[in-house]
Formats: sequence, C-alpha cells, structure tokens
Amino acid sequence: MQVYLPIAEIPVSVLMILSMGAAVGFISGLFGIGGGFLMTPLLIFLGIPPAVAVGTQQAQIAASSTTGALAAWRRDAIDLKLCGFLLAGGFLGTLLGVFFFAAMRRAGQLELVIVVSYVTLFTVIGGLMLRESIREFWSKRRGVPRPVRRAGVHPAYLGLPLRMRFPRSKLYASVIPILGLALFVGFAGAVLGIGGGFIVVPALLYLFRVPPAVVIGTSQFQILWTTLAATVLHALVNDSVDVVLAIMLIIGGVFGAQFGARAGRNLRAELFRFLLAILVLSVGLRFAIELVVEPAEPFSLQILETRR
Amino acid sequence: MRLLALLILLMLPGEVLAETIVASLSTSRVAITSNYTGASIVVFGAIERDSQTVARTGGYDIVVTVRGPRQSVMVRAKERFGLIWLNREQQRFFDIPLYIAVLSSRPVTEVTTDALRRRLKIGLEAIVYAPDFTVDRGGRDEPFRQALLRLRRQDRLYVENPRGVTFLTPTLFRAPVGLPATAPPGNYDVDIVLFADNVVLSRAQTHFELVKIGFEQQVAAAAREWSLVYGVAVGGIALFFGWLASVIFRRD
Repeated sequence: MQVYLPIAEIPVSVLMILSMGAAVGFISGLFGIGGGFLMTPLLIFLGIPPAVAVGTQQAQIAASSTTGALAAWRRDAIDLKLCGFLLAGGFLGTLLGVFFFAAMRRAGQLELVIVVSYVTLFTVIGGLMLRESIREFWSKRRGVPRPVRRAGVHPAYLGLPLRMRFPRSKLYASVIPILGLALFVGFAGAVLGIGGGFIVVPALLYLFRVPPAVVIGTSQFQILWTTLAATVLHALVNDSVDVVLAIMLIIGGVFGAQFGARAGRNLRAELFRFLLAILVLSVGLRFAIELVVEPAEPFSLQILETRR
Repeated sequence: MRLLALLILLMLPGEVLAETIVASLSTSRVAITSNYTGASIVVFGAIERDSQTVARTGGYDIVVTVRGPRQSVMVRAKERFGLIWLNREQQRFFDIPLYIAVLSSRPVTEVTTDALRRRLKIGLEAIVYAPDFTVDRGGRDEPFRQALLRLRRQDRLYVENPRGVTFLTPTLFRAPVGLPATAPPGNYDVDIVLFADNVVLSRAQTHFELVKIGFEQQVAAAAREWSLVYGVAVGGIALFFGWLASVIFRRD
C-alpha cells in the first residue's frame, strides 16, 4: 500500500516505513540511543529529501525515547540531576554547532566536514568501545578479574574543581567534564544532524563509569527533550517535518523500542557494549568506504531549496 | 508598388500558415491525493487545414514538449584527492524545469534540421545543451550538462519518447504524458509544434497543474503558514504515541 507524503512530496510504501521504524526503534530501545544516525541515511536512500529526513526522524526519536524514558522512570533509572547538566551543556553546544554549520556552508565544504566527522567520530568511538569490550571478554575468559572500579581511585578529570554528587549514577565528579561532554555532543548533533546518544552512552559508560541501567534511562530522557526541541525548530525554520511520515515512523518505532528495551534488560552488560561497539564502528566504516572507493557515478545532483 | 506588397502580404499567410493546431488536454488539473502514485495526461490535437492548403508530401510531424516547475539545481563532480573522493567542481543550473518530457511522432533528429532543432529547443539534447540552460564555461560545463541529463533520465524525470505521438487519422493525434510519482507539484507547460518538410507550420501552447488537494493540501499549508503550531502538534503526537505504547506494553 502506497501513501503520498504531503511535505516530502513523494509516495512511499506504508509497510516499508513501518518496518524501518520498528527496526530502528528496536536498536534505539536496546541501546538507549536515538538511532538518527541509522534512520537518516535510510530515509534518504528511499528518496526522501535530506532536509525532510533529518527533520522528521527527530519526531520519531522523540516518541521512542518517550516510551524508553517512561520505562526507565518506572524502574527509577534516570539521573535527573545528571540529565539537567547534560541538557544545559547541550544547549550551548547546539548553538555553537549551528553557527559552525552556517560558516562551513558559506565556505562550500559542508559535505566534506560531515562525511569526515562521521568517519572519525564513528570509527574512533566504535574502535575504542570494541577494544574495551574485547579486553573485557579476554580477561573474563582467563579468569583474571579486571580492577573495574575501586573506591577512591578515579581518573584525574573527575577530580577537577566544582565536584558534585550524583547519587543515582554512583558518581562523585567535577561538573566540568560533564558539561564539556554535553557541549561536544550538542555541537556534533547540530553539525551532523544526530541526537548524539551514541556519544553520550559510551562516554557515561567508560569515562564516568555510570551503571548501564542508569546510562540508558538518562540518555533517553535527555534525547527526548533534545529531539522535541529539534522537531519544533525544524518545523519552524525549514518547514521540513512531514507529519504523515512521522506518524508511520512513530507507530513502527514505539513497538520496536518496546521490544528493544525488553531485549536490552536481558542482555549481559559486556555483550551489550560489544554489540553497540560493532554497530557504531560499522556505520563509521561504511562512511569511510564511501570516502575512499571510487564512486560508480562521480556526479551528483542537488535541487537547491528555495524559500516558498 | 504598394499594392503589390499588400497582395504578397495577403497571400503569405495563406501559403505559410495554412495549417493550425488545436490542442487540448485530458485534464487541466491533476490532483494529488493520499493514494497518488503518478498520473497520466493525454494531449489531444487536430491539424486544421483550409481549402487552400497545399498537400504535404512528407506528411506531418508533431513534437510535444512538457516542462514542469522550475528550480535551481547544483551538479557536483567527485574527484580523487589523495586517498579520498571529494566533490570538487560544481555547476549551477539556474531555474531549470525539474521535469521535461519530449514526445514526438518520429525521432526528433528526423523531424527537422539540427540548426532548427537547436534554435527551437526540440528534444532533450537541444534543451539541455542550449546556451541559456546554464553558464557556459568554455567546454567545462559540457560534462555537467551530460551528467544532469543522465541523472534526470535515470529518475525518469527527463524523458524522450520518439513514438510518443500517434496519429489516429492523418490530421488527428494523441500523446500520453506519464508523470512519475516523483514529479514535483506545480505548473506544467505543454508546447506543441507541427512540422512538415523540416519547417515549423504551427505552434500551440497549453498547460496543466499538479496540485495537492484535501488533506495533503491542508497539511502542506499548515506546515508553511502555522509552522510553530504545526511543529508543536507533531511533538505532541510523538509524546502521545510514546506514552500510549508504554501503556499498552505495561505488564510488569
């Protein structure tokens, strides 16, 4: 069954969109990430204009993170205090990112910046996560318990001034690295059109050693507010939110996220980290291949948006 | 002398403009509804002759050109730069039709001479290679025109059909225009040219519009004119569905 999208101005298969929403929703619920970095390329591949793809999938992420955040709320797995700091830093980062975005567009190198940042960000983060989880597997197999977290021993960046207690996350750390992380995520999100969950989740897991259950809840709660704001902004500034597409993605997505969240609870923590690492790394490698391999069609065509 | 000139002038139209085309479309308004997956419009036409019209030995040829709404298009070319492939050169096509269909009763190369074809922009090649289609950069624009034509043809948004016009009788013709679902909404101009023996005998213009109606039109209008309300509403829908799912799935 085909349905015409009033803003994207093309017809799409309802079943296709529903299942795409479900698949990305599953991954989103499983890992507590938004999944924008998966959905955006998929939608563009279907022929939906990039601006509409970016704008609309924000609404879908908002819906699946609502479900995820509510589930986490009932399990008391959200660190509201930590979330507040992430949102504050993220807001500033987003503003800076928007200015950088405009500057690079004026310089005519926006596409290169985006692809190169995708490659570096995804391969570096994915690679680090993979190394970490392989080491974890290894030491487990040899029966040597790794000194994971000993009381009183902390990385230096947690001991910077302005230390604060985050009881929910079992964290006593300086707010400076937390705000720095949020700033970076907001910046990258605005430039790359992603929610940044895949940066926040590993950073909280590895850099701040926050318990996985709290990481997912907190990250989903933060993503919920970020994407709600992004949906309204995209609708206001670019007229690029397609409500018909959004509803189909949401219906597929909420179901997928629900099952993803259940699967996530039954997943062992180290397997969880390993799978997330593989996912992030493979997206990075995909972009790297695109950058290095000779394209079959060297020319590309872009219809320039005009104010209507 | 003046009388002679007047006589010639009076005779000329009878000679040259003997034939005229009358054309009509199967519809002047194509509506986009929620189950829209493309449309087909038929151009009907008749060649009108009067008693003084001379017999044409070669028969008639019709070329129908449909041009969709215009917008600027950027074509970029990737080049190897060290290890990676980057977009280097680009060419902007200012305000070009996003959809072009050229339908003819014979291949356009056989209908008329190359010079006339280029001047009248008959056929996709003549349209895309016309000097005013994009900025001339002394040959460097050539590969970009080629790429534009190739890419648009792949998407079936630039089409050429040398058998697209069929004659029902020697003076009555029809030409079905297929609009793919990806053809943009807007105004479409239809230009019909009548040829015989390599020369233009008559031209006719008509147009149709592709418009969203009903729900599709209301959504598009709301998104444009009430964008804040629209955005907040979409956000509200997202929250509602997210909450609904958690209610449905709450068993534990």
